Amino acid sequence: MLLIPCPWCGPRDEAEFHYGGQAHVAYPEDPAALSDEEWARYLFFRDNPKGLFAERWSHTAGCRRWFNAVRDTATNEIHAVYRAGEPRPVIA
Amino acid sequence: MVEPAAVSMAERRSPAAAFAARFEAASAGGGLRLAEIPFLSQINLRVDPKSPAAERIGTAMGVPLPMEPGTAAGGGDLEVLWLGPDEWLVVGPDGAAPGLVERLAEAAAGEHVSVVDVSAQRTALVVAGERARDVLAHGCVLDLHPRVFGPGRVAQTTLARAGVVLVAGEDGFRLLVRSSFAAYVAEWLLDASVEYVTSPAGEADPA
Repeated sequence: MLLIPCPWCGPRDEAEFHYGGQAHVAYPEDPAALSDEEWARYLFFRDNPKGLFAERWSHTAGCRRWFNAVRDTATNEIHAVYRAGEPRPVIA
Repeated sequence: MVEPAAVSMAERRSPAAAFAARFEAASAGGGLRLAEIPFLSQINLRVDPKSPAAERIGTAMGVPLPMEPGTAAGGGDLEVLWLGPDEWLVVGPDGAAPGLVERLAEAAAGEHVSVVDVSAQRTALVVAGERARDVLAHGCVLDLHPRVFGPGRVAQTTLARAGVVLVAGEDGFRLLVRSSFAAYVAEWLLDASVEYVTSPAGEADPA
């Protein structure tokens, strides 16, 4: 079980959270101009790194806010959490 | 013959009313107190914490909105619980809801504010006494030690997988639990408290 530090509520059990996939996937500026392949790439293609990964989480059983976390996919260690809209912190 | 007024009062049943006798029996030993506080007025308030409306609402209630996550503020017969960075739950006595909604909406004065009477959404269960923390620890992962979760602290979390608003008081805790979950949580509390319930002095153990 992960202990996830909600930026509002502090560390809470993973069971209180809902996973939201990769963070910082920007909506295309002009979706109508995209080819089918580009649109499919936006919808379905996500990074799958071994290591640091910025992803979205929602504290569904608590304050119900969405936020971002940088998690190491290999160790499950959470290196940073930051509120939605804030830039991804640089982690050395 | 029953008076019409009496009939309408009799029809109002709180979600955990059926547990009153068992709560009382579990509280007889003194180490633990279980009870329901039925029919509290509850108002859900959404407002930008930095807006002038937030300040006016605080003034109208006589209780400034608590801005620190996980805290409560109280004044008079009202209590304001932090639910989120722009969301609060105002808890008051039975019957206060309509007047309170009116006062808050008036203080909002047309700004982007949501004031909703959610009194029927949840009921309040009391878990108090020196064993309260032990009982809750059976199903709540939060650290409830007074050093981190003393009076004035509030948390939305899960108790035995049911969503609750947990409010710490001087004597113990109040659980604001959804009406449809009240029976489940009441049964769970009674089950979790079995080992802490002692028979009153002088009486034989019923088992």
